[in-house]
Amino acid sequence: MRRFFLLALAAVSACGSVPAPVSPDKAGGDLSVFAAASLTEAFKAAGTGFKAAHPGSNPTFNFAGTPTLLTQLLQGAGADVFASADQPNMQKAVDAKLVAGAPRVFATNKLEIVVGAGNPKHISGLADLARADVLYITEAPDVPAAKYAAQALAAAGVKPAPRSLEADVKGVVSKVALGEADAGIVYVTDVRAARGRVSGVAIPDAQNPRAGYLVAEVRAAHNPYAARAFIDYLLSAGGQQALQGFGFTPP
Amino acid sequence: MTRPRRERVPAALGLLAGLGAAFFILPLAGLLARAPWGDALTALSAPETLEALRLSLVASLTATAVSLLLGVPLAWVYARVEFPGRNLLRALTTLPMVLPPVVGGIALLLAFGRRGLLGMLLERGFGITLPFTTAGVVMAETFVSMPFLVLTVEAGLRSLDSRYEEAARTLGAGRWTVLGRVTLPLIAPSLFAGAVLSWARALGEFGATITFAGNFPGRTQTMPLAVYLLLESRPEASFILSLVLLAVSLAVLVGLRDRWLGSP
Amino acid sequence: MSLAAEVGLQLGRLRLDVSLAAGGAEVVALLGPNGAGKTTFLRALAGLVPLDAGRVELDGVTFEDPVRRVFVPTERRPIGVVFQDYLLFPHLSVLDNVAFGLRSRGTGRKTADGRARDWLERLDLAAYATARPDSLSGGQRQRVALARALATDPRLLLLDEPLAALDASTRAEVRRDLKRHLASFEGIRLLVTHDPLEAIALADRLVVLESGTVTQSGTPAEVTARPRSQYVADLVGVNLFRGAAAGGVLSLAGGGLLAVADAAAGDVFAVVHPRAVAVHRQRPEGSPRNVWRGRAEGVELAGDRARVRVSGEISLVAEVTPAAVAELALAAGGEVWISVKATEVAVYPA
Repeated sequence: MRRFFLLALAAVSACGSVPAPVSPDKAGGDLSVFAAASLTEAFKAAGTGFKAAHPGSNPTFNFAGTPTLLTQLLQGAGADVFASADQPNMQKAVDAKLVAGAPRVFATNKLEIVVGAGNPKHISGLADLARADVLYITEAPDVPAAKYAAQALAAAGVKPAPRSLEADVKGVVSKVALGEADAGIVYVTDVRAARGRVSGVAIPDAQNPRAGYLVAEVRAAHNPYAARAFIDYLLSAGGQQALQGFGFTPP
Repeated sequence: MTRPRRERVPAALGLLAGLGAAFFILPLAGLLARAPWGDALTALSAPETLEALRLSLVASLTATAVSLLLGVPLAWVYARVEFPGRNLLRALTTLPMVLPPVVGGIALLLAFGRRGLLGMLLERGFGITLPFTTAGVVMAETFVSMPFLVLTVEAGLRSLDSRYEEAARTLGAGRWTVLGRVTLPLIAPSLFAGAVLSWARALGEFGATITFAGNFPGRTQTMPLAVYLLLESRPEASFILSLVLLAVSLAVLVGLRDRWLGSP
Repeated sequence: MSLAAEVGLQLGRLRLDVSLAAGGAEVVALLGPNGAGKTTFLRALAGLVPLDAGRVELDGVTFEDPVRRVFVPTERRPIGVVFQDYLLFPHLSVLDNVAFGLRSRGTGRKTADGRARDWLERLDLAAYATARPDSLSGGQRQRVALARALATDPRLLLLDEPLAALDASTRAEVRRDLKRHLASFEGIRLLVTHDPLEAIALADRLVVLESGTVTQSGTPAEVTARPRSQYVADLVGVNLFRGAAAGGVLSLAGGGLLAVADAAAGDVFAVVHPRAVAVHRQRPEGSPRNVWRGRAEGVELAGDRARVRVSGEISLVAEVTPAAVAELALAAGGEVWISVKATEVAVYPA
């Protein structure tokens, strides 16, 4: 316990400007975390780690597309922590004075082409997405992943015609897994989470934008101590290890 | 002892009834109160809105036509033909009314998707794929809305005095003449109510559509899908579109009330 | 022109076994109590209820014969049916109702409408051509139903309780009209009714149906003169007995002996009109050979006569004057003596 706390302290101080660290005993009780859908598996694992580090704490998660979460927060949903999959949505939260303190990048993610298990269409890069025999789908324009995907495609100079604009990344992955679509662009972490049902085709770093995940304490938090403790934990070695176990990369 | 109690019950009932009504009215009031009326015209005349509206109308009307074509014979069989397993079959074909629409969409994928039971044959044999097409939207809408038509028409057929059909037969009318000139005209109120109900259900369909047909403006993005996706980018516009859907549904239900309650 | 029908079928608890032949010269009425199977018989002729056994033949053409697996469906039988509550199509105008049969049988709209109009003219309905059936009076509806059934020139016209749906005030008039229209129709006419007055007024021949079987048939005069069932006897209002006759004495099936003036022998029916039954408080003197003791059970006034139900060795109904009821204090009941002259007992073979 003490060792963890020291580690957390080290991690936090390494990141620069931070609220005062909190003592573990105050971090107990219910904690409501609103997190981007792509964080689902990683945050569930992080929650287990957090609970172990803070006995008596009880984190619960609400996973959805980042814009949906933002709408819910704007409508006054009770949350303590908001973890966004992109900068613009977090900025909207800041502008609406929904969060306390400066949001912090706690992880980054990379894009990957998701294809059917075993890559039956032999897709080797972004250029193949424009092939006539490849049924390509992507996310709706306001979903962060779609924006990153657009950047990647622009960098590669490819203009594929999507057949569907899915409501979120999971929609793309599941339709590819079902074989209804041949390919889509999603996060590395999504491909990893659906391993076995889909395969991933790497996108070269030069064309691959880094998606930064930001986290912030909600201004109207019911349990601000636990909120800060959770953010601290995410940035700690233990939290980072949990995230990287699911394919996320450090900030 | 019994007197005061008797007087108290209606008050309690009234209170609960009021709460029940408020539970439905408040969300609608919220929508009305928060709708940015100033931007209504802009939101409504945006090309993507019109596109979604057009697609919604085309798909829902086509779904209703398909429901009539297939649902009326199904209702007739349920009402008139005794066969083992009829109740089970009726329950199966009514299932979409209670099934989460997303589950319906998945089921459609597993049957008509590229790797589905029938979809595989369709693609290999005829090069036809249904997901991500407007036809897919129509299928998803038909899947969830046809049961409303079938149940309404079956009830109409059951309450029809079949001696009218016998009278027509004694006058020399064959099966089809009886159906076209006697049976269907006599159950017209049920047919109408069933068609309108299933059309309204098709118009509001979301889950099965986005699961089976995906979302692409002009091809598979219907009004409910547009509302859902706009909620994330431009919530005000989605409020306006929600109100449009609401107004249509309300008009249908109010217009239908008399026929529905007084169906033959 | 002839109908020959042998209808055998089981429908629920009703077992129908009827043999009936009819020609074009007469109107036949099937008379019987409710539940006797009259409507079922009509429906069987129309092909709406399949036969289990028997045969239906019209003008030598077999409509139905289960043994030979012949079955002409309803829509191909040259029949016209007037249903009990008419079953006019509520969504069609009067004209379209009448033209329905012709249109269904392939006649063009123009011709069908023209002939339907002729029929409306004949039945004084021309003014109602565009009206909906539910805006018509009961009598008008009945005429529309008749026009609709006749418009296809059927060879067999079936009428199911054609007057039952009317109220008493219009029934007499409609019955008169119906008789006229039936007379002008050239096919075979068969009507079903539970009302003896209707049957007698409209039909040339009665067929009495009870519990699925024919108990009696003949002209109205024959049937009323010689009832062969309690049902008919009750309709006519006479006392009916059955027994074995021998040497001027009738041994009744229910017990008791009745002296008759007839020389008949064997199984016979005997009818005694209530007016021929004399009621006394004391044992009557003189000649009557049939005298027995009974008990007055009840008195009913019928017009200027009173009907007294008397139970005894031979139970029957006597018809006396109201004055006699008072004089004999019959309303109080009690023991009475009955006498019937042997010459008042009409006997005919069973």
